[in-house]
Order: sequence, then C-alpha cells, then structure tokens
Amino acid sequence: MNKLIQNEMLKLLARKRLIVVGIILSILVVLFTYAQYQTVQTQLKKLGTTDWRTTLQQQIIDTQNRLSNSRIPDDFKKELEVRVKQQQYYLDNDINPAEPGAPSFTKEFMENSIDLLLPLMIMVIASDLVSSEFSMGSIKLLLTRPVKRWKILFSKYVTLLLAISLIIAMMGMISYLISGVVFGFKGWTAPEFIGFQITEAGFDASGASIIPQWQFILMDFGVVWFAAVVVGTLSFMVSVLIRSTAAGMGIILALLIAGAILSNMVSSWTSAKYFFMLNMRLTDYLNGSPPPIEGMTLSFSLAVLTVWWLLALFISFGVFTKKDIY
Amino acid sequence: MITLSVKNLKKKIGKKEIIKGIDIELYEGEVFGFLGPNGAGKTTTIRMLTGLIRPTSGSISICGYDLQKDFTNAMMHLGCIVENPELYPFLSGYDNLVHFARMIPGFQSKRLAEVIELVGLSERIHDKVKTYSLGMRQRLGIAQALLGNPKVLILDEPTNGLDPAGIREMRQFIRDLAKNEGLSVLVSSHLLSEIQLLCDRVAIISKGAVIQTDTVHALLSSQEKMVWRVEPLQQAKQILESATEVVELEDCLITDFDANKAGLWSRELVNSGIQIIEMNRRLPALEDLFLELTGGDRIE
Repeated sequence: MNKLIQNEMLKLLARKRLIVVGIILSILVVLFTYAQYQTVQTQLKKLGTTDWRTTLQQQIIDTQNRLSNSRIPDDFKKELEVRVKQQQYYLDNDINPAEPGAPSFTKEFMENSIDLLLPLMIMVIASDLVSSEFSMGSIKLLLTRPVKRWKILFSKYVTLLLAISLIIAMMGMISYLISGVVFGFKGWTAPEFIGFQITEAGFDASGASIIPQWQFILMDFGVVWFAAVVVGTLSFMVSVLIRSTAAGMGIILALLIAGAILSNMVSSWTSAKYFFMLNMRLTDYLNGSPPPIEGMTLSFSLAVLTVWWLLALFISFGVFTKKDIY
Repeated sequence: MITLSVKNLKKKIGKKEIIKGIDIELYEGEVFGFLGPNGAGKTTTIRMLTGLIRPTSGSISICGYDLQKDFTNAMMHLGCIVENPELYPFLSGYDNLVHFARMIPGFQSKRLAEVIELVGLSERIHDKVKTYSLGMRQRLGIAQALLGNPKVLILDEPTNGLDPAGIREMRQFIRDLAKNEGLSVLVSSHLLSEIQLLCDRVAIISKGAVIQTDTVHALLSSQEKMVWRVEPLQQAKQILESATEVVELEDCLITDFDANKAGLWSRELVNSGIQIIEMNRRLPALEDLFLELTGGDRIE
C-alpha cells in the first residue's frame, strides 16, 4: 500500500499542481495583506497613532466602571469582562488593537477561505485524481496490475488527504509569513472569546469562555481541515463518476458558488440546511457569527457534512470497483 | 501446457449480447491471432481477458488462476497492452516503469534493467515520455507488460500506427518472445496480412462469436489456389474445365490447387499446343478467406 501511495504522490508532484496552488495562495495573501494594510492605515489616520495606549487605558477604565454597575444583565457583563481582558492584554503586550498581527490575519484568512477559496484549491487536486487517468487512458495500465481495484482507489484517496493537509498547512504558513513581515508576528497568546452565540433573542454568552489565540487558531484549522476533506471527497467522487476533468470541476464549482449565494439568500427555506454547501462555514460557529439558517449548530453541521462525506466515499468505492472500463 | 483458457465467455450490455460465448485456449510458446473486423468484439473480449470489463458469464483462467475469483494471482501471470500504451507523458520512461513495477508484489529490481535492455530503450529511458516517438512508446508499452515476467502476453493491435520498419521489428520481437521465453502471446488485429505473418494459430471472430479456430497454415492450405497464365486463354479454359472448376479472372485462370493433378493438367495443356507463361500456387489472402467464412457479412 505504501508503494501505491508513493506512486500517486510521484504523479501528483510531477504534475506540479501543488506548486500552482502554492503560487496562487501566495499571490492572494500578498493582495489581502496589502488590502489589510491600507485599511489599518486609514484607521490609524482617523484615530491617531501616538496615543493609542492612553485611549486603550481610558477604555479599560470606562468598561470597569460599567461593570461595577449592578443593574447590567449577566450576559452583557460577561462580554464586558472579556473585552477588558482583551484590552488589558493588548496594553500589557504593547499591541495596537487596530493593527492585526500575523496570527489574527492568518485566523481571519482561514475563516474567510473555508467556504470558497480553500475548496477551490482542493478541487484543483481532487477533481482530476481519478478522471485524468481515464482521460489519459492510463487507467487501462493501472488496473491491469496484480492489485485489487479498491486498493488503487484507496491509495489515491490517502494521497488526497495528504494533499489537503499539505495545502492547509501551506495556506497557514504562507499567510503567517507574508502578513507577519508587514504586521509583525506577535499575538499568539491574545485572548479570544469562544462559545457565545448570536440568536434572535440577542447575544447569548452563557457558554462563553476565553482561550488564547493559538488555541483558537488550532480549532479553526481543525474545522477547516474537516470541511476541506468533505469537499475533497465530494470532488473525488465526481472524479470517479465523470471521465472529463473539466466537467467534474464545473459541477463542483457550480455547487460551491451556489452555496455561497444561497447562504446569503435562504433563511426561510429551512430544508436548505441539509445541503453540504451551507454547512461549510464551520468557523462561524467558533467566532459566533450567525448561521445562514436559524437553528443550525456546530454539531448539526458536522453531522450533515459527515453524512455527505460517507455517502461520497461509499459511492466512489462502489462505482470504481465495479465499473467496466471502455 | 495451456496458459490461458477461456470458456463460454459472454457479455451483455443492456439487453444486447455483444459477446456470444467465446472459447479459446492458448499454449505455451505460441502466437495466437485474434482476428475480426472492427466492431466484431475483439476489444471487448480483450478487455474482459485483462480484467477491465466484468464478463456476464463464462470463465477466464490464466495459468490455472481464475481471473474473477483470484484476480491478483491471475494478473501476476499476465502482461498486456490494451489499444495504445498510454503511459504517463509527464514522467520519464524510467519513472513509468518504476511506477508499474511498484505495483507488482515481490518485484526484483534487476528485472527493470533487463526489460529496458530487452526492448532496446536504454539510451532514452530517462527522457520524458512526451518526447518519445510512437515506436518508442510502443516499446515502452511492451516493457511495462513484461515487467512481471508474465506467462501470457496480450497485445491489442500491436503494430497500429507503426511505420513499415517498425512493424517488421515488432513482428520479429513478438516471435522471439514466444520462441525464446516460451510466452503465449495473444495478438488481436483487423489486418489479416498481419496475422498471417505473425501467428501460429488464429481464431476468427465475427459478431461476438468465434467462427473458426485453426492453425494459420491449415486454414490457408484448404483454400490454396492455382493461378494459370496461359495463351490462348479460352482454349485452355475449356481443357481445364473438363477436369476441375475454373474461374476466369482478368487474364488468368484460377483453379483449386491439387498437388497430384497439377502436373497432369499442365501436360494436357502443353499437348494441346497451349503456351504456359506462368503457373503459380497461391495462398489466398486472409481477406478472401474471411469473407468466405463469414459469407461476406460485415458489422451488424
């Protein structure tokens, strides 16, 4: 099995797909870093650069005064407490809160690419992993070896998982390194607020807690990886079913874009929440953004994605092992 | 020894039965031709023999291993090229071979150099396959088929697209493999002259069924003809017609070949004052044979 995976990696690397993905990501990160830099500059111009420490100090005192007021509700109190802690951290570590550090840039970049950019990159790899063998005709050489078909497909799938992990790692590194050059590499231990929810009733912070930013980023990467694996597996299935790589890519692309559009539109069509595309933004649950459809939770989305994932795997292996090769 | 045995092989697609029960046996050291027009079911059959298509019924056994039940062991003894050898163009010839060698359990790495030497690709083996000529690709295709020391080699249209020199070379190469290494080689072709020059035995397939299996020699000799170029033609025709069936074709007369009577007939002609310009014993082209056997039918 190791040798089969070695074969698949050889082919993947020889086709330089990963390098292309790396280049695309680098260009985009440079672009976003510049955009972020511009935003920060205008903000600094508005607020003034020199006295942000005194401003922050003043804000902390204000918040603490409000906290001592016994009439404010518990939920709100919790939020204020967190805010104080964050502000105190910035002050203690000499970080201007208006300027993002490399870790928070990376975090934001991952959160924003989870439902479209990253799936696109994954798709570039996944969608021709199997179909290119068909379109090149090499499938006939590949399947006339003393190796069972499911093993060949499994080696391709493992290669896909490796490639996904590599792409995500690459994404993290590229965005951290490039943005770090501009914004500095500080901020790993900055406190992050997790576990609150924005619902119809308002702000619910009952389950909220504070964790350091590195832990938050790690969780972000975890859910990003999971979402990427699900999209990768779906593209993989399409790649098994459809001989033409271009057609396969088109299908996945259409689905992803439909997802992005739908999540902005649907809120009354509740059964749309069973589409995998609407469950892609797993990071939203971590940072407390409202879900596209009322009542969706992290565990619900994970469950929906898991079902899609298992279904895609089942179909891929079922079809590939039975298929007549013409 | 029987190396490949196919029994009552059938394939249905939808309701249409495209392969209607094929039986073949291949022996060690022989080149076996699989002959039929395009659409007769050659490629479908070959794809079933190589495990690419699942037969609807029937059995295939390679060196005693059933292809359906014991795929891995059966495939250990089989090497094949189905249609063109579509190797990875973005890898070098060497990497392609390493790639396929990794898929063979217990592969001995010295076999790699042996195979490259055998097909004569040593000089260009580290170049990318996309820079190869068709003939070189074909040779690399043969190399990958031979990697696992197979007992049975299946080649689908092996001379397709090669130039005349390449065809002659390939023909010699296949004959040598059968003779020196004891391989059974199954070659499919729609080119009848190809089979005639290359094969020991031939199965003729039409509309998904084998209509005849025999040695090439036996098939042809039963159809051997005698061509007479004589002067004057009409008078000679009358004389020959009294002895046998005669067909007049352009400026020749054609009769069946009969070793015992040919001398007698020629003497009669000479005695009647007919001048014999040419007497020629001729094997029919397989084309004619094929048309005769199938009654001139082509594809449905």
